[in-house]
Amino acid sequence: MMNDEIILSVKNIKKWFPLRRSITEVFKGKKRWVKAVDGVTFNIKKGEIFALIGESGCGKTTTGRLIMKIEELTSGQIIFKGTDTSTLSSSTEIKKYREEVQMVFQDPYASMNPRFRVRDVLYEPLIIHKKTKDSREMEKIARRALEEVKLTPPEEFLDRFPHMLSGGQRQRVATARTLVLSPNLIIADEPVSMIDLSTRAEILHMMKEVQENLNLTYLYITHDLSTARYFCDRIAVMYLGRIVELGTSDEIIENPLHPYTKALIAAVPEPIAGKENIIKDIPIKGEIPSAANIPKGCRFHNRCIYSKPLCYENVDDPELVEDSNGHYVACYRYKEINQEVQNI
Amino acid sequence: MSEVLTVNNLKLYYFTRKGVVKALDDVSFSLKEGETLGLVGESGCGKTTLGMGLLRMPSPPGKIVDGEIIIDNENIIHLKENELRKRIRWNKISMIFQGAMNSLTPVYNIKKQMLETLLNHREMEEEQALEIIKKYINYVGLSEDVLKRYPHELSGGMKQRVVIATALFLEPKIVIADEPTTALDVVVQAQIINLLKKLKHDLNLSFIFITHDLATEAEVADRIMVMYAGKIAEIGTNDQIYGKQGPSHPYTKGLLGATPKLREKVEELAFIPGTPPDLLNPPTGCRFHERCPVAFDKCILNEPPLKEIEPEHFVACWRCYDE
Repeated sequence: MMNDEIILSVKNIKKWFPLRRSITEVFKGKKRWVKAVDGVTFNIKKGEIFALIGESGCGKTTTGRLIMKIEELTSGQIIFKGTDTSTLSSSTEIKKYREEVQMVFQDPYASMNPRFRVRDVLYEPLIIHKKTKDSREMEKIARRALEEVKLTPPEEFLDRFPHMLSGGQRQRVATARTLVLSPNLIIADEPVSMIDLSTRAEILHMMKEVQENLNLTYLYITHDLSTARYFCDRIAVMYLGRIVELGTSDEIIENPLHPYTKALIAAVPEPIAGKENIIKDIPIKGEIPSAANIPKGCRFHNRCIYSKPLCYENVDDPELVEDSNGHYVACYRYKEINQEVQNI
Repeated sequence: MSEVLTVNNLKLYYFTRKGVVKALDDVSFSLKEGETLGLVGESGCGKTTLGMGLLRMPSPPGKIVDGEIIIDNENIIHLKENELRKRIRWNKISMIFQGAMNSLTPVYNIKKQMLETLLNHREMEEEQALEIIKKYINYVGLSEDVLKRYPHELSGGMKQRVVIATALFLEPKIVIADEPTTALDVVVQAQIINLLKKLKHDLNLSFIFITHDLATEAEVADRIMVMYAGKIAEIGTNDQIYGKQGPSHPYTKGLLGATPKLREKVEELAFIPGTPPDLLNPPTGCRFHERCPVAFDKCILNEPPLKEIEPEHFVACWRCYDE
């Protein structure tokens, strides 16, 4: 169960990708960057399901990859169970770290070798991490993992190839593959976005059960607010490489403070009668700017319908401040805005 | 309201090496003038096949085996290919293809690709064509300098708007939109939905809106048609499907239960056990019986017909009518 022990602590991390420069820029020594992640801070408690939400290009996947150490940090710190991950340099140390932090990828059709049987898919991490060489031992671990993800009886699935499995079953195998190493933290990057609606809930349900049984911690990366509300304990909303709001799922959905979160929620259609009423005016302007060209001041100001000069003149990005117990928001004017909205 | 499109007993089969896949098996419905008919179902249920079939261009090895497609009182099933191209496709019925925004040519600018399409269908001067294009670019909420740009310079939402403009500028009355919002972010998705609603109203279009998302459908559709394994499971008005009473077919109920609601706290999301059947060997009787929580003997033996259980509400389920 969830307690207050912090398993992962992300401190002001940045990931800037260099852009190709023109010849004059090279001579002038100018550098240009795509600031995919630009100062992200959050803590994940042991046993919780934490969601990173945002539009495509907001840096949520890059954040996940940084935590996995697939990408190198530009600056900042990622601390996992008290150890700064940037100090892990040798491949054995990194391997050891990745035993504890595992990832489920978005596309179950691309994340598995088509020539591998389910058995091989599940054995591979054990071989790479030199867990065991005994094939009977491996089979035991694989069977247990398959039972955990409800692919029962396991013997029916062990010798199948990925093409003999449905999308939902593949995602179960992908989850089982992370479990064979008994990890502590699982990063799930849009695990259900490619799965049919009728089975989507089943997969989330299974993931939740596995999480409770094995006392795992999840970082759930998604663009879908509805599944996040159902699935997660806390939600962090990202916009252009920064977190703009963070709080418990219910708080974020029922009492959003940041104008961006409000717009995201307003844009979600609901399966109830009385058409043409839910999404009429979305309280947001334009489209997401490029991460190579981030607006000055509050980076949301040019899309915000409440922005005032104080949001972008001579100021930096607003810091994430605590509004009420555990509910954080990064907006200069959120108190006034909520006042204005209430008055109308 | 009069009907702009009527489909009777349409059968479209894919003749594969492994056997015949009955992707559309005896599908009948109609589309009224000025309405949006939402078409929902899981992947592989025949939604896109139906859309392509209505244009009479099933992707190979698919063939229309039987049935009628009546557009403006004309059955187009037996029309010759060049007739279809000249008078029907894009003139009377057009389609916004799934993922079409990614099919724009990267080497042409928007103006060139739109002109090419228009001049291929209509004989007119380039200037005149450009006027039409500009008119529709404005309709979809873009500025004219988009015309000079190349697809990679546009965002997903802008590309989708270009595709919508291209589907509309030959003034069809019927537009099939195949998952027009699926690959887009929520905010952009909402903007595109609002645009389609506005266009429908301003240009008096009739839409067939294909998606797998029941929540989007509740927002756009006047009537909903649910497909399962190549057959229609249920057709009902927005109120009949999403209202208090709820849908009648167990499949629709299951889908709706599995759709997460944002503004309501749900402890447990429902799901439908199992997977859709293999259409090479569809199950006997009702195609849904293997996954159905309320199936009984009759469902395994006999196929339920699509019957009207109340005005405008059609269901194919033995549990929903006595016989």
